Amino acid sequence: MLDEKWEAVIGMEVHVQLATRSKMFCDCSSDYLSAEPNSSVCEVCLGMPGVLPVINQLGVELVVKTGLALNCEIPVHTKFDRKNYFYPDLPKGYQISQYDLPMCRNGHFDVDDKTVRITRVHLEEDTGKLLHAGDALHKAEESLVDLNRAGVPLMEIVSEPDMRSADDARDYVVAMRALLRAIKASDADMEKGQLRAEANVSVRPTGSDRLGVKTELKNINSFRALHRAVDYEIRRQVEVLEAGGIVVQETRGWSEAEQRTFPQRTKEYADDYRYFAEPDLPPLELDSAWVESLRASLPELPAARRPRLELQYEISSYDADQLTEEPVTADLFEATVAAGAPAKQAANWIIGSQPTLDAASLAELIGMVVNGTINREQGLRVMAEAQSSGKRPAEIVREGGMAQVSDESALAEIVGRVLRENPQAVADFKSGKPQAAKALLGKVRAATGGTANMSVARNLLMERLNH
Amino acid sequence: MSSTELLNRHLAAIEREEPRIKAFLRVTEDLARGQAAEADRRLATGENGSPLLGIPMAIKDVLCVEGVETTAGSQILRGFRPPYDATAIAHLRQAGAVFLGMTNCDEFAMGSSTENSSYFPTHNPHDVTRVPGGSSGGSAAAVAAGEAVCALGTDTGGSIRQPAALCGVVGMKPTYGRVSRYGLIAFASSLDQIGPFTHSVRDAAMVLQAVSGFDRRDATSGDRPADMVSELELGVEGMRLGVPREYFQVEGMEPGVKSTVERAILMLERAGAELVEVTLPHTDYGLAAYYIIAPAECSSNLARFDGVKYGVRDESARTLLDTYLRTRRHYFGTEVRRRIMLGTYALSAGYYEAYYKKAQQVRTLIAQDFENAFLHCDAIVSATSPTVAFPLGAKVDNPLAMYLNDVLTLGGNLAGLPGISVPCGTSEGLPVGLQVLAPQWGDATALRVARAYEVAQDA
Repeated sequence: MLDEKWEAVIGMEVHVQLATRSKMFCDCSSDYLSAEPNSSVCEVCLGMPGVLPVINQLGVELVVKTGLALNCEIPVHTKFDRKNYFYPDLPKGYQISQYDLPMCRNGHFDVDDKTVRITRVHLEEDTGKLLHAGDALHKAEESLVDLNRAGVPLMEIVSEPDMRSADDARDYVVAMRALLRAIKASDADMEKGQLRAEANVSVRPTGSDRLGVKTELKNINSFRALHRAVDYEIRRQVEVLEAGGIVVQETRGWSEAEQRTFPQRTKEYADDYRYFAEPDLPPLELDSAWVESLRASLPELPAARRPRLELQYEISSYDADQLTEEPVTADLFEATVAAGAPAKQAANWIIGSQPTLDAASLAELIGMVVNGTINREQGLRVMAEAQSSGKRPAEIVREGGMAQVSDESALAEIVGRVLRENPQAVADFKSGKPQAAKALLGKVRAATGGTANMSVARNLLMERLNH
Repeated sequence: MSSTELLNRHLAAIEREEPRIKAFLRVTEDLARGQAAEADRRLATGENGSPLLGIPMAIKDVLCVEGVETTAGSQILRGFRPPYDATAIAHLRQAGAVFLGMTNCDEFAMGSSTENSSYFPTHNPHDVTRVPGGSSGGSAAAVAAGEAVCALGTDTGGSIRQPAALCGVVGMKPTYGRVSRYGLIAFASSLDQIGPFTHSVRDAAMVLQAVSGFDRRDATSGDRPADMVSELELGVEGMRLGVPREYFQVEGMEPGVKSTVERAILMLERAGAELVEVTLPHTDYGLAAYYIIAPAECSSNLARFDGVKYGVRDESARTLLDTYLRTRRHYFGTEVRRRIMLGTYALSAGYYEAYYKKAQQVRTLIAQDFENAFLHCDAIVSATSPTVAFPLGAKVDNPLAMYLNDVLTLGGNLAGLPGISVPCGTSEGLPVGLQVLAPQWGDATALRVARAYEVAQDA
């Protein structure tokens, strides 16, 4: 659909819940998911009369770190503003946010070989949640307000419209998640709502330097949904334009059930939030020495770590991508290799089975598979047991008599028996059905209780069959 | 005298005076008796604690007192009992003060006569046909009528100093940030301050001392040493007192007030002060700037009173929007709605630059006026209010005339300065107040000058 005639233009707004223990402006726990409704609240986040906000220092620190990781300028002067509107999930009738002096601005984020400019990163507070009793809002008899989430620190990262496809949009958010986890700014779990992506999508004739009318896509809960929503929306807009219509500027939701976007709210008039400087919080002056110390404390970022892993360990770029999605994964990989495991095998084991073993145990396990002491299948069983019991893999293999049968004469005897007992399969193989060999090999494995060294067994079997 | 005996006297005064004064919205007799008994136990152990131990105090109805109905003089908070103390209240509890009750005020502290209370007006003890001033009129009247030894009020544009002047008592607005605003039901956050009403300057210093100090729960509170008492008796010998020309030429200044205040200033000169003429050139713009900034902040601060979480809700509403509209229309009074509308307008897109931003620039100029003036003097003296107490009802239909009552006090709020009003005689038989303004954090200086006036007057 999207041929050379049309070009999509996409900007992203990403909201991120910061990994602070307490809320942004009071001492309540920010772990609202595990709390009973309206239990993680106090007079401050309930917006009771006379109460005042106090800044959570760590919230500011995590935003500045994110800004630094996104190559932003960190202005010395920043401040909080009030964004005024009425809604039951907003207990004060205003949200403490940042308007004209965000904490970070004018950055850029390199996603693979593309650069996305970052407009701003700012800090605000999350709202509460509404639960509508009934199956749909307009049918609801009652609406219930849960303010556990109200006041949880929320960071907004706004990009320039530098993306051109659904792939770009997804890759940007995937890379953003890896970055946020690497610097420990957020757990950034999309399904838990810790990372919420909104895409601003427009299309224009290819080659044009004017922007088309954009729509804002919300209600996106996964990378896949993001990709599909953006893809759908691009195609929808092109269809509208090719039919001679005009795209309406509006907010559209993504329906997972129907796999389409639908209009949520038309912006007939601009919202007037009556922003003004929050008088309860003095302007912040960010000490430049402090900012520099945060810059120095940043860990290696995924964008640098990915190519380094690829180069240093000679693994594929796919493996490097997978390993750097979570910093703990890459840490485990490097430690496992340092403990003696071959890099390629370590990458396979870590990506394939997401072990929770420590690096030394994992290296020990991989070592036993590589040197043939146990086979891969046994390795998986040992890993599961080591993870549940806490025992060392070598100990498990020793105690369980699990060492695989690599002895050729012992295996040859078993192969001979299997062939004798399955004349039909042997006949099938000889009449040109190679899959019969697979079945026979399975029987050899079964006959040894899974302990056969399968590559030795395969050689013996093929030798006899082809004889 | 025991604390309980002192309490009994004041409860008797309340019973005697309230029918004509109506200073209190709620008298908390049970709470007070418990606190007085506790104070007597502490006194019996020989505790040589705070000078406020066992002292009966009145509290303006905008300061949250845990478990005591606190309504900001509004119907919208009827029945609201805060589950927390304002920091200033917590300080008083610790000092052992005895809480007589919550005093009447203009709704959400918006007004200069206490006639905007949604409950009833308060009457001036010196002439019950007249207003006590406002917005802390109940606190001022309670002290003036002998119903309380002292009281707390709040001052956003003059709401402590003006009623103190009109009721003939001492009232002080400290430096912005001196007293924590935590638990003060906000009117205009950048201007509000808590302060004392007392019979004497020394008492004012002691109450201020007790409630002031840095509070981690108020990010705008300052961490400054707060010795209010030791400079009190130093006198004004050798001090330079600034007399701002513009403050004697304001619209509506009554000749009797002007001459009374001029006499008081001359007494300070005789006591050894050097009088210096200073200029505050942006005085004329102060009122306009104030009546944009304060309503703008209030339009946001009062958004939380939406009928959803606490206070009163209009149950006849069928939709969310209707709940907001009906609750706020029915349970906010006229002046509160007027200011919310003014402030909403001033912050709106397309008007922000012309109104709110401009007003903030004027605010900066006014603060600079004071800084420049304080290069030439140690404190500034003037009248507190351009008029004496006016008759009830005289200005209720003319908000602009009412606003003009704050013209000499609101500059101190815009610049964050400490200011005190001390009684300095009468005009037409009604009290007149002398205002002393000092540089930021110079609360002790303002108290010292006011105390020197008391001494000079007694001499």
